[in-house]
Amino acid sequence: MASENKFEPTNPTLKWIEDRLPLMGLIYNSIGGGYNVPRNLNYWWNFGVLAGFMMVVQIVTGIILAMHYIPNIDLAFDSVQHIKRDVNYGWLLQAIHANGASMFFIVVYVHILRGFYFGSYKAPREILWFLGIIIYLIMMATGFMGYVLPWGQMSFWGAKVITNLFSVFDFIPFIGDGIVNWLWGGFSVGQPTLNRFFSLHYLLPFVLVGVVILHVWALHIPGSTNPLGIDAKGKHDKIPFHPYYTAKDAFGLGVFIIFFAAFVFYIPDFLGHPDNYIKANPLVTPTHIVPEWYYLPFYAILRAIDNKLIGVLAMFSSILIMFAMPWLDGARVRSMRFRPLSRFFFWLFVANGIFLGYLGQRAPDDILWFGLVATSYAQMATFFYFAYFLIIMPLVSRMETTKPVPTSIAAAVLEANKKG
Amino acid sequence: MTTHDDVVEERRNFLYIATGAAGVVAAGAAAWPLIDQMNPSKDVLALSSIEVDLSKIPLGQNAVFLWRGNPVFVRHRTEAEIAEARAGDTADLADPEKDEDRVQKPEWLIISAVCTHLGCVPLEHHGDFDGWLCPCHGSHYDISGRVTKGPAPLNLPVVPYEFLDDSTVRIG
Ligand code: HEM
Ligand code: FES
Repeated sequence: MASENKFEPTNPTLKWIEDRLPLMGLIYNSIGGGYNVPRNLNYWWNFGVLAGFMMVVQIVTGIILAMHYIPNIDLAFDSVQHIKRDVNYGWLLQAIHANGASMFFIVVYVHILRGFYFGSYKAPREILWFLGIIIYLIMMATGFMGYVLPWGQMSFWGAKVITNLFSVFDFIPFIGDGIVNWLWGGFSVGQPTLNRFFSLHYLLPFVLVGVVILHVWALHIPGSTNPLGIDAKGKHDKIPFHPYYTAKDAFGLGVFIIFFAAFVFYIPDFLGHPDNYIKANPLVTPTHIVPEWYYLPFYAILRAIDNKLIGVLAMFSSILIMFAMPWLDGARVRSMRFRPLSRFFFWLFVANGIFLGYLGQRAPDDILWFGLVATSYAQMATFFYFAYFLIIMPLVSRMETTKPVPTSIAAAVLEANKKG
Repeated sequence: MTTHDDVVEERRNFLYIATGAAGVVAAGAAAWPLIDQMNPSKDVLALSSIEVDLSKIPLGQNAVFLWRGNPVFVRHRTEAEIAEARAGDTADLADPEKDEDRVQKPEWLIISAVCTHLGCVPLEHHGDFDGWLCPCHGSHYDISGRVTKGPAPLNLPVVPYEFLDDSTVRIG
């Protein structure tokens, strides 16, 4: 974590400690006055800190829930009701944890799309970007296993459908056939499955913390990019993280907590599904099963394809393809501020993603518009999703004439101030 | 010409490879219990079987039983349904099978109720083919439990069963 300012405590005790374990210096140089950051970061740069905040919230509330929760197929459902009704402040902690997962995903989606828009995945931040994708994958696994724990109908059938995705690998000799039985520890989702999901749901957030530390470390090598996408050059382009961005982040965090609290206190079940208030029943599938909202676009991609193997591969590729973005995008200019055509397709991509999410929660045979069923629209949207990465991004980024880029951050900021 | 140094180097390479190989085998052996513990345990594996009283299932009805944690359909088919299933033999099927190979007695169709797509339980008397419709991703099954439409790759498999007498069947 390179820095120009060195941390030198004057207090002799602090100095004694710092000479032996330079922890305060590490903090000072990471998120304090010793870390210099581009002066023009906007609020889209708040979402990394918000994601870190949500990670801490989930871990703290989760550890408390685990003190009262029972990972047993006969008791799990009731133990969650017990948390909500009987445990002191259980209603609050459970609502924070359940809605917290959604908040975590909202924040991370914004954070990822910020990266798309401002070209954060481009050199020299590729490894930083990869670590981000790994974080996202771990989050998806954690959220999925957490949702199984309350052992409602959606928990059970979600678990069954998602674990069955791995049965497409049954053509692999030796391991293929038994792969789902290995995941379940039985012939169906049952007690062994719930037990191991609880164990892993407890573990993965701490793996997440490890990867987040690497992510932040990788960030501090080149430092943040900025809305202009040009490298910060001299002293004039940067300001210390503290107090400028600690203040900006604190303000953003306050606004975000109000948003979060509105869900927790007024609409705690808004993002949940009523079927999950019915205890799991292995004999009856709910007539309409849907995953949590944050998986819907990928679920739509899975269902768009009428072939099990290709559907599953398409779903996994739709996330893994982000690993290739540093090379698919060949533009020399990072920020889409100066790439109007790319920007247009970016917003189309966002709209398409929301549309996929909408399709993911419709029944496949629902007739939507012009006599076409949801699956037909999902096929078109899936095509666009992949075309964005594989056709539009490589071509547009290389062919588009970009708008003139300012010579330095300071010049652009001062210019904007002059105009008022 | 082999010198003394060559021999020493050759012997050293051999030792590296032998040590490395032994290390990999040991690591694999140590990892196996960690992996295999997740497989179904002995009590789960101990195969259970259930007996079903067929006299309680009226003609044209579909009953569901739990066998080894998974649902099983027992369908009492009417003459018309059997004829329809037989007619379906010639249809263009993803997983071609004759209806007569899927039943011991044509009026009793006994099949797994786990959709071969991703494991949901299909709904009876639904779908375009008078059999089942899976609510999850829209796979249709005909009155012989064969997939006729949708993402499921295989027919609903026939489970192992045996008629104990005219009105009792043992599944498993
Ligand atoms: C990456 C962070 C985490 C995410 C995204 C996450 C997500 C979730 C989700 C979606 C649920 C289902 C909530 C519901 O529908 O009621 C849940 C439940 C649960 N989680 Fe987490 N979780 C995280 C961290 C943790 C941690 C560190 C623990 C500590 C053991 C934990 C313990 C639990 C317990 C006991 C439940 C069941 C009680 C309940 O349903 O509210 N979680 N989690
Ligand atoms: S699980 Fe039946 S169609 Fe997908």
